[in-house]
Amino acid sequence: MRFLLVEDNKRLSKAVATRLELDGHVVDDVSDIDTAETMLGVAEYDMILLDLMLPDGSGSDFLRSLRSKDNGTPVIVITARTELTDRVDTLDLGADDFLVKPFAFPELQARCRAVLRRKRGRSVNVAKLGNVAFDILDGTLTVNGQVVTLRNQELRLFEILFCAPQRIHSKAHLVDRLFSFGDSGSENAVEVYIARLRKKLRGSDLRLETLRGRGYRLSSNS
Amino acid sequence: MMPRVSSGSIRLRLTTQLVVVAAVLSIVFVYSVWSVGKNTAETTQDKVLSAAAASIADALRTERGELVVDIPYSTFSMLEAISDDRIFYRIIVNGTTVTGYEDLPADPSLVDSRVPHFSNNVFVGEDVRTVAVKRSFSALGVPVDVVVFVAQTRAGYTRIASDVLSVAAWVGSGFFLFAIVLCLVASQSALRPLREVARAVERRGPEDLRPMRQLTPVEIAPLVSALNGFISRLESSLIRAEEFIADAAHCLRTPLAMIRTNAEIALRTTRSTPSRQALREILKAADESSRSTGQLLDHATVTFRSDNMKVERVDVVSLVADTIDRFEPVAEMKGIKLLSTPGRTTVDCRADPVLLRSALGNIIDNAIKYSPADSVIRVSTDLPLDRIRISVCDQGRGFGEKSCEMLTGRFTRGDNVEDIIGSGLGLTIVAKVVDSHQGELCIASNPEGAGTCVSIILPH
Repeated sequence: MRFLLVEDNKRLSKAVATRLELDGHVVDDVSDIDTAETMLGVAEYDMILLDLMLPDGSGSDFLRSLRSKDNGTPVIVITARTELTDRVDTLDLGADDFLVKPFAFPELQARCRAVLRRKRGRSVNVAKLGNVAFDILDGTLTVNGQVVTLRNQELRLFEILFCAPQRIHSKAHLVDRLFSFGDSGSENAVEVYIARLRKKLRGSDLRLETLRGRGYRLSSNS
Repeated sequence: MMPRVSSGSIRLRLTTQLVVVAAVLSIVFVYSVWSVGKNTAETTQDKVLSAAAASIADALRTERGELVVDIPYSTFSMLEAISDDRIFYRIIVNGTTVTGYEDLPADPSLVDSRVPHFSNNVFVGEDVRTVAVKRSFSALGVPVDVVVFVAQTRAGYTRIASDVLSVAAWVGSGFFLFAIVLCLVASQSALRPLREVARAVERRGPEDLRPMRQLTPVEIAPLVSALNGFISRLESSLIRAEEFIADAAHCLRTPLAMIRTNAEIALRTTRSTPSRQALREILKAADESSRSTGQLLDHATVTFRSDNMKVERVDVVSLVADTIDRFEPVAEMKGIKLLSTPGRTTVDCRADPVLLRSALGNIIDNAIKYSPADSVIRVSTDLPLDRIRISVCDQGRGFGEKSCEMLTGRFTRGDNVEDIIGSGLGLTIVAKVVDSHQGELCIASNPEGAGTCVSIILPH
């Protein structure tokens, strides 16, 4: 996914970009509205992450001008100032969702996906492995032409495996990626999700292997 | 707290002063009526006495060089007609008493020939009023001075004077009693505006910081304006405190985001198990403080806003739907299904939508937090007994033994939740919102088994 990150705190924006890149996303980070508009002129983004307090103006003005130019790029507002009224106002201004700093990345991911699902049909970004098609943006999985519904955790697990096929993912690694840290995730839960995913991938060209003591690997038959 | 009462009562002081003035006025009234009465009685007696003396003097004549005194007894009967007082007379010719009471006190040398001379004396053990009239004759070429003294006891005068005094005293004390009643009424009504101000201040709710607007008399205006000044200072210091909390929360959030993001990056890139353990702890702590920060800010905002509610017509059903939409991604992360029980299409309610959304958000957030993975949370809206009830029922662990009052206290949490991050402010916020809408907060065990039902009940 390609993100445009508009955030004036350089250190934070670098950290967020690094974190998103670790998940395989492409991030352009800019620190003011002017640069953001230039970037939007030359590239298309799947998602804009927008801070409301910017050095050369308010994020809400940028949002309003973006929407008035008929640019429908999904926007998630990320703010540190969360007056209760702000939340309502930003949604009224045309933001698709908002997040309050500091946020957990799994939550950002979940919100991105929810927004993209709502705005579906705008861009198609489907990756194929054998007879399995996966829309990375909105998380739709198709096996043999049949849509398979994945619950959130299954979807995230599949995404991790699908984006790095043939790679071995340790259980500990998967626990950290699947569960936000307030929840008590366990390796047992990972096993449960692996089992469910295996069931749902039955009849496809993909195999979910267990490598005892090392982890899991998604590989293709073809 | 009662103020220290040291300088007595204004009402008592005012009443005392007014009563003293009334007493002085009554005494002056009695005295002046009495003295006017006395004077009038004395003048009357004097006039009659001098008329009697003059008629005696006028009856004096000389016959062949001899002075003839003819006492006109009609004069005395005239005097007796006025009172029962006894009458004495004495006529002195050239210093020698010629007729009458020889021992009636008399000093002819003091008497002028033109005007009658009056004096008070004591005769035969009684007070007498004496008048002296002088006439000069010439008998055989020798000048003769005749002085006629007429005296009368003063019993009649004294009686009249005392009658006047008693009437004046009755009228005076009546006036005094009436004045006391008037003083009490006056001091009561003079202090009424003060009591009204006190009552108006008393009637205020604990968070009503509007200035006082009622009309007040000029004398109380400084007090009321001082009170208003105090209220506005109090309000601005409250607002400062709220802004401070908001700014503090803001200042904490960005560094917290830095900590969180970098810890996640480190967790993704390190392979050392002890480091991962430490990083998880860091993330947990960061989540804990960010939650507290957020709720402190929410609490400040809700507190401020409950005093300045922006009440409007709100469709509760769509507000519930919006809030569910908002929380769906978070619930999904735990595999929790947020279900809205289908019911009415719209339910109108007069409420502050921002406050209501925040309350509902806190309840749903709580429910998600304390629910096990892969469970269901049901949100329903219904209208029992013409009121609006929004219920959030989860399949979580419930609230343990703590009572509803305890749970809505600040920084109080259920006694079975030590392993879950929380600040203890969520239900406080909800209770505050419900309270400002004159609603009710209800926490009950889920009728369908394990879990909890938290309901907000609002007046329709």
